[in-house]
Amino acid sequence: MIKRSFIGLAKPKLEYGSLEDTPSLKQIPTSKEITLLSKCPFDKKNLLFKKKETVKTGQKLLLYKERDEYVVSSVTGQVSSISSYTGDFGRSYTAITIVVADDEEIDDEFKDISKDSSLETIKNFLAFAPGNPPVKLFSDKDKSINTIVVCCADSDLLITTNRYVVKSDIDAIKNGISILKTATGINDIIMVASQSQMHALSTTGEKVNQVNDTYPSALPHLIMKNILGKTVPAGKNPEDIGVCFISAEAVASIGNAFNSNQIPVTKIITLVNKDGSKALVSARIGTPASDIFKAFNITLNENDRIIFGGPMTGSSVYSEDHPVQPDTDAIIIQDSDDIQFISDYPCTNCGDCIRVCPANIQINLLVRFLEAGQYEEAADQYDLYSCIECGLCSYVCVSGMPIFQYIRSAKYELDRANTAEATNNG
Amino acid sequence: MVDNNRFIVSHAPFRHDGSRISTRNYNIALAALPAILLGIIYYGMPAVGVISLSISSAIIWEFIFCRATKSSITIGDGNAAIIGMILGMLLPATAPWWFVIIGTFVAVIIGKQIYGGIGANPFNPVVVAIAVLMISWKDIFDFNEALINYDFDFAMVYPLSALKHFGVSAVDSFSMGDLLMGKQSGGIGSTFGLGLIAGGIYLIIRGIIRWEIAFSFLAGIFITALLFNMTDSARYAGPVIHLFAGYTLIGAFFLATEDSSSPVNFIPMLIYGAGTGFLTVLIRNIGVYVDGVIFAILIMNLVNPLLDKIRPKAIGRVA
Repeated sequence: MIKRSFIGLAKPKLEYGSLEDTPSLKQIPTSKEITLLSKCPFDKKNLLFKKKETVKTGQKLLLYKERDEYVVSSVTGQVSSISSYTGDFGRSYTAITIVVADDEEIDDEFKDISKDSSLETIKNFLAFAPGNPPVKLFSDKDKSINTIVVCCADSDLLITTNRYVVKSDIDAIKNGISILKTATGINDIIMVASQSQMHALSTTGEKVNQVNDTYPSALPHLIMKNILGKTVPAGKNPEDIGVCFISAEAVASIGNAFNSNQIPVTKIITLVNKDGSKALVSARIGTPASDIFKAFNITLNENDRIIFGGPMTGSSVYSEDHPVQPDTDAIIIQDSDDIQFISDYPCTNCGDCIRVCPANIQINLLVRFLEAGQYEEAADQYDLYSCIECGLCSYVCVSGMPIFQYIRSAKYELDRANTAEATNNG
Repeated sequence: MVDNNRFIVSHAPFRHDGSRISTRNYNIALAALPAILLGIIYYGMPAVGVISLSISSAIIWEFIFCRATKSSITIGDGNAAIIGMILGMLLPATAPWWFVIIGTFVAVIIGKQIYGGIGANPFNPVVVAIAVLMISWKDIFDFNEALINYDFDFAMVYPLSALKHFGVSAVDSFSMGDLLMGKQSGGIGSTFGLGLIAGGIYLIIRGIIRWEIAFSFLAGIFITALLFNMTDSARYAGPVIHLFAGYTLIGAFFLATEDSSSPVNFIPMLIYGAGTGFLTVLIRNIGVYVDGVIFAILIMNLVNPLLDKIRPKAIGRVA
């Protein structure tokens, strides 16, 4: 944990970790049971497959009638349950649990079609690939993407997953980029990388832009502003102004898929142990976190914390059996002694958040409205939607206020109110 | 799965830089110590008495208020202690006990708690208390009168009142060095210029007070005093006496910089500081009061919410 420096006048400097001190990749053996989570809400009536159904590795499983959401099985085995899972902010998922069989069989549906590396194939088979390629965006008529940003740096602290992929699998990235170019017809590809990666990436022949080594420079909104020189309007995403962000791992997945004629099913994860030591792990998508802990002899105690994602923007989970998902770049374990408790102290107007906010939001005023539940005012007058969600305000808050969570829940509540309004009117 | 561990599930971010309100306040106390120590050396046990009573009664008032309103006891954050400490620094060593207790009552209860406690006070609690005391019991704040029984090896004169009543020639005897070393009459902890500056610089380096406010306050005083002095040097003293006498330095580093009553954006901080400095000299030179720091800060506290409307444009904001 990085503490406030003695010279508090200086802004906190949170540097993205380097890859040099990271040990080699550790393969986690296939688990006995894996769980795939689809962002599609559970809907029992329209399910397209049933329990006991056998699936093969790399098999695409369409979930529901008249919907195109699918998951890709990362193992060979038998579906043991299909249920609903509720994640952060009440988001509903469909959880498919598969009991792994002894012998592995590779599904060949993708193999037959992989000679044709068209956008349609990418869209239909690679949405669940490691790194979560944003395949839907490319064919979304409303978005009209004209630029693709390949993010080779990791956006949150401690994570080295994308940097590892760049180091170990540069050929797959090259291949992935050329496939993306031909499939989407977009030639404006911008690579964004940290300084240490510049050399490795120069071999790709693409234009590489350097991103600053301090958090939160590698967050999409700041890359847009500082590297592309385009400011994303408040409340919008880069794709709304025609820029699609894709991680280096996702590009490598696309490259590897067409190279090996198989949908990749293993995810690379940065594991951060209680003492801060890091390890790189390769595990099948759906592997329960507990199997990874077992492989590293990590024992968890009461009141520890398991975080999926980075320390600034990730989310903590309830169970050590929470499965690895295509976008799980890191799993962080915090000892109960290292957990800072949130306080209910009010804002003292010290201004630390103002100085650290990369989006110039008047947080000291905003948070007073959010505390009072006045979300509309917060959005109209105090730039709620300008927040790029870096979490630095909570990080520096002297009062220990959960400012970031106030902001996220305000956005969620407003979103919910707007949706309800739209439904009522429609 | 009964035997499973239960984990802490909370929201991002999962890190904190470890800063705390209590650490901030104890650092302010630390920064104020040199000035208090010199005051104790000069004024002896009465000064110890005033400072101790001031700190303890402020804490007790906060405790009583928290109890009475059935809210959680907040004395541990050190804010009440700081209020008491700074209030004591502004008082003469001869202040009677009831005077100190009324002062801390006004500061803690009326200045802070009735608005909702820490972070909600529109005015600096200490400044409110001093203003009330100053207007109500003028004589006790007459430092020349109050400290008449002290005999020092330096001119025991309150520079600002000498200036007000006897004109510029009366303060010629004060050298900058004497003023910095506290060789002047005044509040217990408000005369040791060097100690206050050292404490202020410490707080600025630690990022506890905002340098923009302190510097623009001093700059405001310097420039305004210089302008007055240039128009009529026989009537108006030069900037040095204004910078190092009265409550100027304690005001710059300990009063004007109070978090909740001062702005946080860059330009507002400069306006706030410079405005306070300007008003201070204005009150001192053409107002009725001997020292203008207290009322200048109160007035600028009042406009603080308006000043903070001048803010940088947020990312992606259209309007």
